[in-house]
Amino acid sequence: MTAEVSTCRESVGVRVEGLRKSFGEQEVLKGIDLEVQPGEIFVIMGPSGSGKSVLLKHLIGLESPDAGEIFIEGKSITLPGVMDDYRMAMVFQSGALLSSLTVGENVGLYLAEHRLKPPSEIEQVVLEKLAIVGLQGAEGKFPSELSGGMKKRVAIARALVIEPQLILYDEPTSELDPLMAITIGKEILSLKRRTDVTSIVVTHDRDLAFGVADRIAVIDAGKILVIDTPENIRKSGNERVRHFLTADFNPDQDLKSPNP
Amino acid sequence: MFRDFGQLLVLFGKTLKSLPLLWRQRRKVCEQLFEIGNASLLMTCILSLFIGGVLALQTGPLLVERGLGSYLGGAVGLSICKELGPVMMAILISGRIGSAMAAEIGSMAVYQEIDALKTMNINPIHYLVLPRMVAISIALPLLVLFADMVGWLGGAFVAATNHDIGVSYQTYFTNLQAFVDPADIFNGLIKSFVFAVVVGIVSCHQGLGTIGGPRGIGRSVTKAVVNSIVLILVLDYVLTRILLFFDL
Repeated sequence: MTAEVSTCRESVGVRVEGLRKSFGEQEVLKGIDLEVQPGEIFVIMGPSGSGKSVLLKHLIGLESPDAGEIFIEGKSITLPGVMDDYRMAMVFQSGALLSSLTVGENVGLYLAEHRLKPPSEIEQVVLEKLAIVGLQGAEGKFPSELSGGMKKRVAIARALVIEPQLILYDEPTSELDPLMAITIGKEILSLKRRTDVTSIVVTHDRDLAFGVADRIAVIDAGKILVIDTPENIRKSGNERVRHFLTADFNPDQDLKSPNP
Repeated sequence: MFRDFGQLLVLFGKTLKSLPLLWRQRRKVCEQLFEIGNASLLMTCILSLFIGGVLALQTGPLLVERGLGSYLGGAVGLSICKELGPVMMAILISGRIGSAMAAEIGSMAVYQEIDALKTMNINPIHYLVLPRMVAISIALPLLVLFADMVGWLGGAFVAATNHDIGVSYQTYFTNLQAFVDPADIFNGLIKSFVFAVVVGIVSCHQGLGTIGGPRGIGRSVTKAVVNSIVLILVLDYVLTRILLFFDL
């Protein structure tokens, strides 16, 4: 996972080969192959239940695959110590802030628990990271006092503290209004420009995906349908990709045929 | 059931292994100690006062009828410090603190807070289980010590004020002092320490294994309390046999 002693500062490449995962009888991932270049913003798009979040959890080691392998900088993450050699962070869909801690304590948790800096320096880092995500003055609040968008921005600030080489975003704009979704999209882009971090974004938000991605993978029912640049994805001839990308709410037509 | 028991032992082993990191978690241990004391002191007081009272009420008239009224202090004193104090306090703590532990950790599991800790390379056992285990293992024996004293007072009050008993405070406490050795109190403290470990580990294990949203949290809390009480009662018998063997 995140490294305590790593001296490596560059962004990292990720390769997934033949990844399979089942929960009981249900096969969620049916042989995923993909490669993410260092410093790239790689978006994984797909409808709900297509296996995007499960794939993300495998990448950060929260799930173990039934088959297949994941490589970071060419090294399998199952090898001892590999996950500790790289700094990785994940921004969860819900933010996953610790509700018993204040915003400041949440953001500084990584540094405090690993004793990486003295308390006064941690305080400085926390204020700096909160300022980056536009949350100055929120360090004393509890997560229950924050809106959904603020929680996500705190989660991003918490990830920034790790100075990650690889950052994973799970549905970063879900439950957010369009303005806040734009703010989060800008954060993802500015973070990449500032630190050249490799970013993997899981989303079903088409605007976000086409706005931030260097490349997009479209996943459906546990399989990758296509991986390409946003321009080429828009032109894709794959019927399921087109259906996902062009689906629109048309009240007149949809009410006449509720189950298209 | 066997898988659960195995997981419980593994979690206990990992928690023991993390004991050298205790100093780093001292702030959380103090917070937990305060929470346990704050939540249980009043309940402990009420419960033990009435346990002592009812014990005197039940045994007092029987002893007085047979001319053994002066032995009431010893009977109540020994019953409370060796058996009722540790067992009743452990059951109270499993309901009051164990349930809260299971609910808090369970809700963290359901709302991905534990996953977030793992992604930051923070071991949930070091961060969540260790401080709770240590705090409850310190707090329960102290509460039992307090409960013993309040229970003895409850017994003395009933013995002195009930017309069917009529044993004076002085007779009651003189007899209690003659019968209750420090070893008897120590016996109760050993039991309460073991019960504390059981309540802590069972509650944390149930919390960490929570899945399925609010209903899952409710299920974990129920299982934590029920499993703790069953284990407390089973272990009480086993410990009593062991302590009797060592003449304690």
